[in-house]
Amino acid sequence: MTDHAKPVDAAVPDPSSEAHQRYQEAYEAARLRDIPFETMSGVPVDPVYGDPPYPGQYPYTRGVYPSMYRSRLWTMRMFAGFGTAEDTNARFKAILRNGGTGLSTAFDMPTLMGRDSDSPWSLGEVGRAGVAVDTLADMEDLFAGIDLSGVSTSMTINGPAAIILAMYAAVAEKNGVARADLAGTIQNDIFKEYQAQKEYIYPPRPSVRIVTDMIRFTTAEMPRWHPVSISGYHIREAGSTAAEELAFTLANGFAYVEAAVAAGVDVDEFAGRLSFFFNSHSDFFEEIGKFRAARRIWARWMKERYGATNERSMLCRFHTQTAGVSLTAQQPENNIARVAIQALAGALGGTQSLHTDSFDEALALPTERAARIALRTQQIVAHETGVANVADPLGGAPYVEWMTDEMERQAEAIFAHLDDLGNGSILEGVYAGIENGYFVGEIADSAYRFEREVNEGRRIIVGVNAFTDGGDGQGDLLRISAETEEMQLKRLTDVKQRRDDDAVGRALAAVTEAAASPTTNLMAPILDAVHTYATLEEIVMAMEAEFGTYVEKAII
Amino acid sequence: MTTRTKPSIPDLYRDARAGNRLAVGRLLTRVERGGADADTVSELAHADAGSAHIVGITGAPGAGKSTLVGELVSHLVAAGRRPAVLAVDPSSPLTGGAILGDRIRMEGSQDAVSAPSVTADGDAESVRHKPFIRSMATRGHSGGLALAVPLAVRLFDALGFDPVIIETVGVGQVEVDVVGAADTAVVVATPGMGDAVQANKAGLLEVADVFVVNKADRPGATDVRRDLELMLDLSKVTGQEAEIGYRPPIVMASALEGTGATDVLDAVADHLSFLESSGRRVDRRRHRVRTEIEARLAQALQRRVSNLLASSTGQALLKQVEAGDESPTSVTRRLLDELLSTAPSTPQP
Amino acid sequence: MTVGETEGADTETTAAADRETAAESALTPTQDARLRIVLAKLGLDGHDRGLKVVARILRDAGMEVIYLGLRQTTESIVTAAEQEDADAIGLSMHNAGHLTLAPAMVSAVAAAGMNTPVVVGGIVPEEDVQTLLDAGVATVLGPGASAAEVAQAVRDAVIAAEADAS
Repeated sequence: MTDHAKPVDAAVPDPSSEAHQRYQEAYEAARLRDIPFETMSGVPVDPVYGDPPYPGQYPYTRGVYPSMYRSRLWTMRMFAGFGTAEDTNARFKAILRNGGTGLSTAFDMPTLMGRDSDSPWSLGEVGRAGVAVDTLADMEDLFAGIDLSGVSTSMTINGPAAIILAMYAAVAEKNGVARADLAGTIQNDIFKEYQAQKEYIYPPRPSVRIVTDMIRFTTAEMPRWHPVSISGYHIREAGSTAAEELAFTLANGFAYVEAAVAAGVDVDEFAGRLSFFFNSHSDFFEEIGKFRAARRIWARWMKERYGATNERSMLCRFHTQTAGVSLTAQQPENNIARVAIQALAGALGGTQSLHTDSFDEALALPTERAARIALRTQQIVAHETGVANVADPLGGAPYVEWMTDEMERQAEAIFAHLDDLGNGSILEGVYAGIENGYFVGEIADSAYRFEREVNEGRRIIVGVNAFTDGGDGQGDLLRISAETEEMQLKRLTDVKQRRDDDAVGRALAAVTEAAASPTTNLMAPILDAVHTYATLEEIVMAMEAEFGTYVEKAII
Repeated sequence: MTTRTKPSIPDLYRDARAGNRLAVGRLLTRVERGGADADTVSELAHADAGSAHIVGITGAPGAGKSTLVGELVSHLVAAGRRPAVLAVDPSSPLTGGAILGDRIRMEGSQDAVSAPSVTADGDAESVRHKPFIRSMATRGHSGGLALAVPLAVRLFDALGFDPVIIETVGVGQVEVDVVGAADTAVVVATPGMGDAVQANKAGLLEVADVFVVNKADRPGATDVRRDLELMLDLSKVTGQEAEIGYRPPIVMASALEGTGATDVLDAVADHLSFLESSGRRVDRRRHRVRTEIEARLAQALQRRVSNLLASSTGQALLKQVEAGDESPTSVTRRLLDELLSTAPSTPQP
Repeated sequence: MTVGETEGADTETTAAADRETAAESALTPTQDARLRIVLAKLGLDGHDRGLKVVARILRDAGMEVIYLGLRQTTESIVTAAEQEDADAIGLSMHNAGHLTLAPAMVSAVAAAGMNTPVVVGGIVPEEDVQTLLDAGVATVLGPGASAAEVAQAVRDAVIAAEADAS
């Protein structure tokens, strides 16, 4: 007869330790989900095992909250967006119906680059990689019938982020939802654009000014909004190593902190609303070590270097996306397994939010079926595997602790280099690293090294350079019809006809004027312009008139 | 002209002179490959060349030369000139391949109107030409490079491009040679990189006609300027400046602030005026021609030397040295006699 | 990578032997011929990881890569191909714009009076490959192509284009 008594074991925390008592108090104060925290066989398990510091205790290596997933599972935030705003609106509603708990918006390439659908650059790209947004009218369609006070929306956009945020706030207002009640994130991480994703518009310094304006604005008026999602995902996708992803991302975070403080905001007023976005790649333990190191490093630097006193400022809360670049076009069904393992790493690494890629994503935007399987994958990890019952379950494992330390060590070496480049300022070091090609060079080197290993067969990618028999083939792929572009163009023409061009002209002039004045917050004139149904590109150009554009020097 | 099979060099040259840019590109390829085709190009171009202002621009990697050249070219085009740029980059010593990324930094200059246009009153004055930019890799043969570059330059000259800008990276001997073959040599330095000292060590200071302190918005820019001034003062002390009657100006430039490009162009134009008024332009040209002839002679002779050493006569003599029957010097004397007295040897397989 | 061998066998015609002899007495030394490839991305897409990797692959295969990078237009690519006398144009595509952009590139090349082969790599679904080939694209490389395959595909495209033209 199996004994259901709790096992006595060295892994069980010492109840008499001060750290454990603090942990107990914090845990008991948390509201928990109403399910038994037991194994499948009915064995009750503790919320945490092993040594302090415990989750929710500085430096938060083991997790940002004491009760972690016992209180709330990670947000299952599935990225969506394609075609017209109506198409995406329907996809949003389907996601909410299917149990997704947050909306995540992908924009099309022209929108990401601050161009309208009728720009010559947009030909063939409208509505393909995401939803096309040209004016406030599109934003209104995008969120039609969705109560913005009841959802958390993440918007993945960078260069034109200020304009998109303004449009979102404007839509909320028109629907009677106060700005201050809006919850969500806007990616708005311009540093990584110069380093990896290349969706920049203006040169670095004016772009950072826009970011700090948005930090100031949200601090004052949208306290539930996260104004920057400091991202490593793209850096990793561009080919960096795990340690480079970790270090470049956190360094960018430090840089934004320095910039916002220089712009006059107290660190504890905004740092708590900075969040992060990491990649979850295939080397299982390297990723878990990376996530744990991220929390430890951020907490230490925020406290010791930047003088944060509020605990919230020290928490590295992050969203994770499984590695798109690891998905293969060959035998795409294998990707379901890859994503499951990467999702598991994210959960074991303590992520706050997770997007799982669809198996067909190496080839095109996901079909609805593939997107559903991806969501189900997360749900299986959350509800069937039991990993959510215990916080930081791998903490204390010798390999995991060593990996965490190793990731931290490599990251610190990179911080030292940037500090040196910037003469004691990480912000200046990041600017310098962008200017002299340090980031893109390291990333290109790592990418090439990986490629060589795969080419030489020293690194196995299943279905690609080994085990290549069989496979289901590519199946049905999502096709964006050419009609999408036509419809969007018509919509745009329509809006332009109905608006008051004089009001638009005046509003745009005000934007340019504000851009020329470094201490003026750009958000206010942008909000005004958005209300007149000025287009995205018009507002972008109004700032470009003052800031100029950025042309990258190619480092290969 | 849609086929690639061998239009003759004279045909290509004629088309290029008539404005066919495709033909220009193909001629440049023949020039790079060398051999009899290149000889033909050399003959044809010689007759038509001689008017272009040849400007060499060099400096350490990271000095921002390509961006600077891009700005210069934009201004030149706007002023109605027809610039050509030869951007020289090193080939990989391991694989012989190369990544040539200079032209994109000059991208802005490609915004110029693509076809010549004429003003309303029929006057061809405001013609704006797209600049011609050609990337050339060193291909690991410095000997070859020493001839491919001047030949390409002469071709551009003969086709009416002016100025012809040679942009090279680095501060090695090849760069010194290439830049020294120009009418006006521009050396670019940047703050904080010890460029001035490096340039001096490489001998660039002796060939420089204009100095540019690029990225002048950075701290340390005035230090670089001062270092250069000091080095120039030294050469004044040695009497060089007095003898020539010209002191290279130091121009400050910053792409970030959008300053300096016109100053560089003015300095370059001033230098050309100096060359012409002092009669030194002719000297430069003479020096260039002599260098080219020397290089051709040297490589032609080198080939004959190799052939001779590989021939039965040569092999026999070498064996005698090995056996201790002859000394290296006496064998050399015998081979030299052989070389100078016989006709060119048969081609090697 | 023995580029020299491959090229000796392909691009030059029957005059090869004569040329060799003439080269011996020429007064300009010969240099190895190298394939010159223009690499670029059309449109707004900013994913250049693959393009940079291909640049290195082709360099390591002994070719000269004229790297134009991101946000090029068909005009800027044609201009470069013309001025650099490129043997091929390599385009990297990731954003589902391939059905519009790749044929546009082929047309632009033809309109300029050139027959430079266009090689497309990146994310192209299998079902679109034939469409692109029918539109005149020389070769479509899948995402899993090895370094050797990429280099060979480029060489083959160049050879095929030369054969077509003669």
